[in-house]
Amino acid sequence: MNTNRGDIRRNLDWLTIFLYGFLVLLGWTAIYSAGYDAAHTGIFDMEAEHAKQLIWIGICTLLAVVILNIEGEFFIRFSPISYLLSLLLLIAVLFIGKKIGGARSWFGVGAFSIQPSEFAKTATALFLAWYVTRTGIKFNALSTRLIAATILAIPAGLILMQPDAGTVLVFSGFVLAMYREGLSGNILLAGFGAVVLAVVAILSGAATIDYPFYGEQSGIWTMMIVMLFFGILGIFFVRSFVLPRKRKRVFRILAFSLVGALAFSYTTYVGIEQILKPHQRERIYVLFGMEVSNPDADYNIRHAKAAIGSGGWFGKGYLNGPMTRYDFVPEQNTDFIFCTIGEEWGLFGSLIVVAMFVVLILRMIHLAERQRSQFSRVYGYSVASILFMHMLINIGMVLGVAPVIGIPLPFFSYGGSSLMGFTILLFIMVRLDAERYSVFR
Amino acid sequence: MNFGNRRYIITAIILAFAFIFAIRLLTLQVVSDSYKAKAAELTEEKIRIYPSRGLVYDRNGELLVANRAIYDLMVVPRKTKEFDTLAFGQLVNMSVEELRVELKKARNYSRHKASVIKKQIDPDIYARISEKLHRYPGFFAQARTVRSYQKGFGAHVLGDYAEAGPSEIENDHYYRSGDYIGKSGIEMTYEKELRGKKGAKYVLVDVRNNVQESLSEGKYDTSAVAGKDLYITIDAELQAYAELLMSNKMGSIVAIEPATGEILTLVSAPSFDPNLLVGSNRGENFRKLQVDSLKPLYNRATQGLYRPGSIFKMVQSLVALQRGSITKDTRIACNRGIIGCHGSHSYDDLEGAIIHSCNPYFHQVFKRMIEPGETTNRFKDAQIGIGRWNSDIKKFGFGSNLGSDIPGIKEGNVPNQKYYDGIYGELGWAFSTIYSMSIGEGELLINPLQMANLAAIIANRGWYHAPHVIKSIGDEGKPERFLQKINSGVNEEYFTTVVNAMEKVVGQDGGTARRARIEGVTVCGKTGTVQNEPYPDHSVFIAFAPKDNPKIAISVYVEYSGFGGTWAAPIASLLIEKYLNDSISDPSKEERIIEQSFGMPKKK
Repeated sequence: MNTNRGDIRRNLDWLTIFLYGFLVLLGWTAIYSAGYDAAHTGIFDMEAEHAKQLIWIGICTLLAVVILNIEGEFFIRFSPISYLLSLLLLIAVLFIGKKIGGARSWFGVGAFSIQPSEFAKTATALFLAWYVTRTGIKFNALSTRLIAATILAIPAGLILMQPDAGTVLVFSGFVLAMYREGLSGNILLAGFGAVVLAVVAILSGAATIDYPFYGEQSGIWTMMIVMLFFGILGIFFVRSFVLPRKRKRVFRILAFSLVGALAFSYTTYVGIEQILKPHQRERIYVLFGMEVSNPDADYNIRHAKAAIGSGGWFGKGYLNGPMTRYDFVPEQNTDFIFCTIGEEWGLFGSLIVVAMFVVLILRMIHLAERQRSQFSRVYGYSVASILFMHMLINIGMVLGVAPVIGIPLPFFSYGGSSLMGFTILLFIMVRLDAERYSVFR
Repeated sequence: MNFGNRRYIITAIILAFAFIFAIRLLTLQVVSDSYKAKAAELTEEKIRIYPSRGLVYDRNGELLVANRAIYDLMVVPRKTKEFDTLAFGQLVNMSVEELRVELKKARNYSRHKASVIKKQIDPDIYARISEKLHRYPGFFAQARTVRSYQKGFGAHVLGDYAEAGPSEIENDHYYRSGDYIGKSGIEMTYEKELRGKKGAKYVLVDVRNNVQESLSEGKYDTSAVAGKDLYITIDAELQAYAELLMSNKMGSIVAIEPATGEILTLVSAPSFDPNLLVGSNRGENFRKLQVDSLKPLYNRATQGLYRPGSIFKMVQSLVALQRGSITKDTRIACNRGIIGCHGSHSYDDLEGAIIHSCNPYFHQVFKRMIEPGETTNRFKDAQIGIGRWNSDIKKFGFGSNLGSDIPGIKEGNVPNQKYYDGIYGELGWAFSTIYSMSIGEGELLINPLQMANLAAIIANRGWYHAPHVIKSIGDEGKPERFLQKINSGVNEEYFTTVVNAMEKVVGQDGGTARRARIEGVTVCGKTGTVQNEPYPDHSVFIAFAPKDNPKIAISVYVEYSGFGGTWAAPIASLLIEKYLNDSISDPSKEERIIEQSFGMPKKK
């Protein structure tokens, strides 16, 4: 554990730092443009969000420098404490938090608000890495997996109570990190299958079919009958074609999947049709192009798509996007910030941003893979997964391929908590990577 | 176990989603145009700049039609706040119920865009409202331009300028809902010249429909082009005087300057003050005029179709002379067995027959034309005869709109073979069936403008200009077509007899139009008395003066007033005197006319 400053500086991954700087500055220009008012062009107008963001960028730069000067060992030791601390904050915010937009996710601190869930992601990533790399832990033991699942479930559950479904969804990204550590690939397949099933269940659940004897009922029953039919067909298939010694195992898998799929489809149906509030249901319907009673149900996404779609090849030029500047796009400097890029920089700019994210995520994987320490690797994959989930949900939403779930675009969206959270998340990994040669296997 | 190669699966998943995003971005931004259209629809707005409409001046440069502002009360529902509907209703003179209905309509149309709450508030009322309007956010007034008629006359010539209807908007995309358009008269004919050209300003608006900046620094903006002023041929003073003379009477007066075809006066009585159809009371006034049993909205001068009566004898004379059916010396016995006559004469030549308005004479003249003797079958002969006659008559402009610039002219009826075949069947009619037309009765229908034009043709001895009201569009002069001479097809020499006869109708002792005489002016005229069973006769008179180098040709038609010489002739003479001498020598003559009233008569 002998590191000196010179080593650290030489071993810093400057590509990651460059990508971070690039995305943060591009994000700032987008925030400036989204709030741009020809009459008030002062960059240092403290009322304006771009000015506040500039302060956050300054604070985050300091924060990054500080993190780079803290030994990696500190983060490892600090992991359980940070996790517990973030749990406490997540509990506290449910009671003393400020309610913004229907969710109790914020602590009000003077003029600023702090969102603990942005830091909980980092803390969870640290603690998860800490837990699975403890000596004597076997990852393929069921108990390990259950505890790892619990480590994820507690903060996720608390965040769901705020409620903030978007951030909860981000926690599912840890599955990718766990997959790298040896979690069965079936879980990815199951995840993929679940998405397909959910889509079919939503579509058939919303349809009305005239059944004999029962009259008009939801199409979900047809879907379940068809699934049951194929399940039974499968049983006959297994009996005829599968070797007897493998038959029992295949039967078990088949039965398990069938029951699971039926239960999942029905739960999805009930969840969508009965538990979700009408406006939430309509957002999902809109995603699938279904007709909804409220003409404004797809207002956000319609305007977001118009903003991006009107960008063309090279966009309308910086500070020249009326859709984003004149408030046609909602939340245009936070969750919908990508619209500003799409409108002002066109396909060219949008692809660059997407590419920058992909390069950063893949770079994280690359850093993770070159670690001698398993802790650093797990943490690195967690960082990659969190960034990936954010990009997936946020850009997917504004492009109309994912449901409208409020979640920031890392480094871009206006907001101190989010920027600080991602800065800490990323720079801990940069620091861990910088001292990779000092770690003994 | 080593799971190192799983990084490639994870990388593949990430790249797959990135690829989906790239494809999606490509379709949204480059492949599809609908998002661009949608964004433009949301953010860009075209603000129309209305040019001022051209003014209208009379032939002497006197202003007849000006513009004035009127206000529409508008509302942007989203910007309104809770307000006292009762107080607001009182302010803008609307009931709470009306207000509620209009606000609901506005909200249903758009919450961000402005709707009209109350149309056409007069400036004096607006002044009162505007003081307090600031207390009601979301409400504002939009100025519109309407017409202001400086003199309360000439309604039928000047026409109507009002909000364009759905079909007008459909036909010409220049107009949008709420725009105004000329509906009749010169407002309609010269709409394109008067309206000018709308300008446009393209702006970007924000989501609350507030204008933020001009689009592309005004690259696409166009400025409005003001409408052209019109100088019309009407003589304001003469028009006013003619309307005065026609007060409490029904009928029409049309006066034309023969040398140019310029219409000096065009009156349809009863008339109305054109200002009645401007402003907030338009709807109510329009309804009143529409249900008026005397039909003041109807332009009798161009749409009223009448049998011409005896004035048509001149036309018969001229076409017969040209055809060679008669000469000026042809004498025909006044045989009153077939057709009645009046006065003491028995064997007139053409001049005498016109002066005495001898019906048997013209019965015979018409017979000679309708039965040219081409065949022995009188039915077939009539077919040939009416064909020739019809084309001769039409050269005088009868049965046509004369190429005038007054819209909505009823062309009338000059019967031809087809017309009579339709009534009596082919070969089912002959001269004996249609002889009433010989003296301007029967199926022949003409309008007062055509009558005045006839007077102009005779005054010019054979030709006319399409009668028109435009003297100059801006300073460009009048359209070329009004400078063309149109020939009547009758040689100048044949007019001499007719003109001499018309001079004597007025000037000779015992002439039927003695009341049309003017000291020092040779007036040539012809009276007509059109039978109108079971009602009293219509009185008609056409004239021109002076005999040589005529300055004015005129037709006067007074419905249900009896003998042509009694009412129509003196009215014509007063107008001629007013126009030529600018004063009236015998005020008692004027008084007699003004005081006389002919309403809708009872049956005889």
